[in-house]
Amino acid sequence: MTDTGTRPATALGKDTGATAAALALGDDALILSHRLGEWAGNAPVLEEEVALANIALDLLGQARVLLSLAGDEDELAFLRDERAFRNLQLVEQPNGDFAHTIVRQLFFSFYQHELYGELARAEGPFAPLAAKAVKETAYHRDHAEQWTLRLGDGTQESRARIRTALDALWKYTGEMFEPVEGLEDLDWAALQGRWLAAVGGVLERAGLTAPEGPRSGAWAAGAGRQGLHTEPFGRLLAEMQHLHRSHPGASW
Amino acid sequence: MTQNWPLWEVFVRSRRGLSHTHAGSLHAPDAEMALRNARDLYTRRGEGISIWVVPSTGITASSPDERDPFFAPSADKPYRHPTFYDIPEGVSHL
Repeated sequence: MTDTGTRPATALGKDTGATAAALALGDDALILSHRLGEWAGNAPVLEEEVALANIALDLLGQARVLLSLAGDEDELAFLRDERAFRNLQLVEQPNGDFAHTIVRQLFFSFYQHELYGELARAEGPFAPLAAKAVKETAYHRDHAEQWTLRLGDGTQESRARIRTALDALWKYTGEMFEPVEGLEDLDWAALQGRWLAAVGGVLERAGLTAPEGPRSGAWAAGAGRQGLHTEPFGRLLAEMQHLHRSHPGASW
Repeated sequence: MTQNWPLWEVFVRSRRGLSHTHAGSLHAPDAEMALRNARDLYTRRGEGISIWVVPSTGITASSPDERDPFFAPSADKPYRHPTFYDIPEGVSHL
């Protein structure tokens, strides 16, 4: 199913680097969108439910554009196996409690905002998408920031929960700045520097500090870009792909 | 929840609108979050608009029980209304 040799020509033509980048960024958006969709009906209040669904819809829109650049969006989303997905391990992590979801959003939305800002400035196949998406990621970033401030500076309980989440997810953040295949020209080190400063600033205002643990190297997590994923990801895919695999070739 | 998530009233001015119109209400922990929730719930992020949020406790409303003393004086004083003119023939939409 995932034999790239038989896939029809993509919108990116023979540019295999750009195709790889579209897959990586598209998979990030698709998988995080699915995770946020799991909050539907379960958010702390109705208003927050709408906000999370809004973000999920934005991400799904980005995923559709990016995956369509790489091939057939439905085929790519529903018929690839775990090893063929190129998303970051961060975005596949389970929702956990609300603080856990917010920290995942904080880490990812600040990353995505910096990255799409770069892509919008660069003249490449992703510039039109990035120029549109950067407005969305600015909102996602603001949402995560507002909640980080409130949880960090809230009650003892909310503070303890957000600290636990920071510690649990910190080890996945190094992977975000491993150069993506096809986007090697970007200054990933500078991107990482800006991300650390921005996220660090939010944490400081929330009365929190960045965890001490390693973000890269032997003790850090993250090989999603190589198709190596964490255990919860298989269950996510099983749920997401179930219907499509049961009725292959149907139109919806 | 009602203690930590008070009720807010939302007023929205659309891009071409002249004034803010009451759009509805929502729950939010503070004004900043109320603005953001209002954006999601009542504007679908349409650009170029203005939102006001007001804590419901900040609004004083006229009481339905006092409706008569409040509004009746104008209704039973017909000389306050321009109703004593003959409408010329052929004017159908005055």
